[in-house]
Amino acid sequence: MKNDALITRRQILIGGLTTAGGLMLSGCSKQLPPTYGNILRMADTFTYAAHQVLLPGESLAKEYSHKDISSFPATGTTNPCDPNLRKPNETYAQLLKGNFADWRLSIEGLVARPGSYSLADLKRLPSRTQITKHVCEEGWSAIGEWTGVPLSRVLDAAGILPSARFVVFYSYDEWADCIDMFDALHPQTILAYGMNGRDLPLPHGAPVRLRVERQLGYKSMKYLERIVVKEEFDDGGKNGNIQNGWAWYVGI
Amino acid sequence: MAQVVQANLHSSTKADSRTSGHTRWVRVSHWIITASFLTLAFTGVVILMAHPRLYWGDVGNDLTPALIELPISRNYKHGGWDKVESFFQDAASPVSANRTYDIFNKNGWGRSLHFLAAWFLFAVGAIYLLTGVFTGHFRRHIVPRSSELEPRLFLQDFRNHLRMKIRASTGGPQYGLIQKCSYFAVVFLALPLIVLSGLAMSPAISAGYPILQRTFGGFQSARTIHFFAFVALIVFLLVHVAMIIKSGFKRQMRGMTIGGRHEK
Repeated sequence: MKNDALITRRQILIGGLTTAGGLMLSGCSKQLPPTYGNILRMADTFTYAAHQVLLPGESLAKEYSHKDISSFPATGTTNPCDPNLRKPNETYAQLLKGNFADWRLSIEGLVARPGSYSLADLKRLPSRTQITKHVCEEGWSAIGEWTGVPLSRVLDAAGILPSARFVVFYSYDEWADCIDMFDALHPQTILAYGMNGRDLPLPHGAPVRLRVERQLGYKSMKYLERIVVKEEFDDGGKNGNIQNGWAWYVGI
Repeated sequence: MAQVVQANLHSSTKADSRTSGHTRWVRVSHWIITASFLTLAFTGVVILMAHPRLYWGDVGNDLTPALIELPISRNYKHGGWDKVESFFQDAASPVSANRTYDIFNKNGWGRSLHFLAAWFLFAVGAIYLLTGVFTGHFRRHIVPRSSELEPRLFLQDFRNHLRMKIRASTGGPQYGLIQKCSYFAVVFLALPLIVLSGLAMSPAISAGYPILQRTFGGFQSARTIHFFAFVALIVFLLVHVAMIIKSGFKRQMRGMTIGGRHEK
């Protein structure tokens, strides 16, 4: 009698786990980011898959009102051509000197019309202004107003090809990172050139930074240089988060 | 009344003495949850060391006042900010400032290990809760009986604890009144609260289900509540271990590992 009950319980558990596994797989029938055989990264990928399956896909991050705008620390790189840096970026120094008149954001990879956009080009596209909360992995948070062009607009203009799955970003402070198409086409994912009603200040990523509002702050890359649309997951190599010990997906 | 309950407890202890020790699912889940909790506590402190300031509401950073500053890690002295600039014209304008120093930050592995352990706590905790309900474990052993909920009995049990008169354990789930209440508080209040306040901090989850973060009063409030739930659980852990030692360490450990004497 006791054994019967045990088997039943086990069957329920196994049945439940199989069902959950099936849901996971069907929700992410496409490939997941690699785990590098690393148990920490496996847990990150599991969190990513769970969020993909369990969270509503088109949900927007909370937007605040103007009076909620708060003080905002600038951390990480605050000037890519700071002479105190180990490797100040000379190209960026030139662009900064010219007030970014010569700055171009190139869009390459799996797009029908690769090209480059000046600041004026981006400002000509329809803009979006959002007041959102920036949450840093360190534990602090700040609310700011961001103005920019939705990334989806730029990707539409460039004509992303059907095989495109990830969008990779490169910055002047030599970081590389990617986001999936769900985040790339999300309405609040913008290439921001304005902050709190003014041009994006140097410490916050001038002239253009990314905003990815459903992930932690470090996904919103500052000092954008280049965008590449890819089919394969790109960890950014030695300039990426993974090889520097950081999680790729930080929706938590 | 007290005598009746005492007698009841006594007789049930006697009846159960043949079957002492905890059931297998309780033993297994107890230790998986213990390991998860210790990992979560350790990595949680590592994460807190990166920014050892707590706030209330939605916003809190080095440029806004803190509710509590904890003297852990060199980041405690959060000086070294330069180029303070106002965003707006007015005097009360929020500001921007640049960090000029290298902070202590081990969140690269700290956060990922925290969430790895959290998955174990969540999964095993859910199985534990369901099994506890369906086997009647909670009803029989954890939830205090209505006849027990009497101030006089609480006072009596409390006095006994103060005098360090701790009943020798059976090594099984035959618990005293305060013991039941503290297990109840851990299982049904503190652990759910720490899981929910943790989830409420997630930018993806709070976008999908904004009610969670709103219920906690904002991101920073959720973080502060998460911290105090941790403090409460650490206090519980210390008292729990002290009581295990006081009530017969060997028998208690045997009851929670290999089970009772007679079990095959």
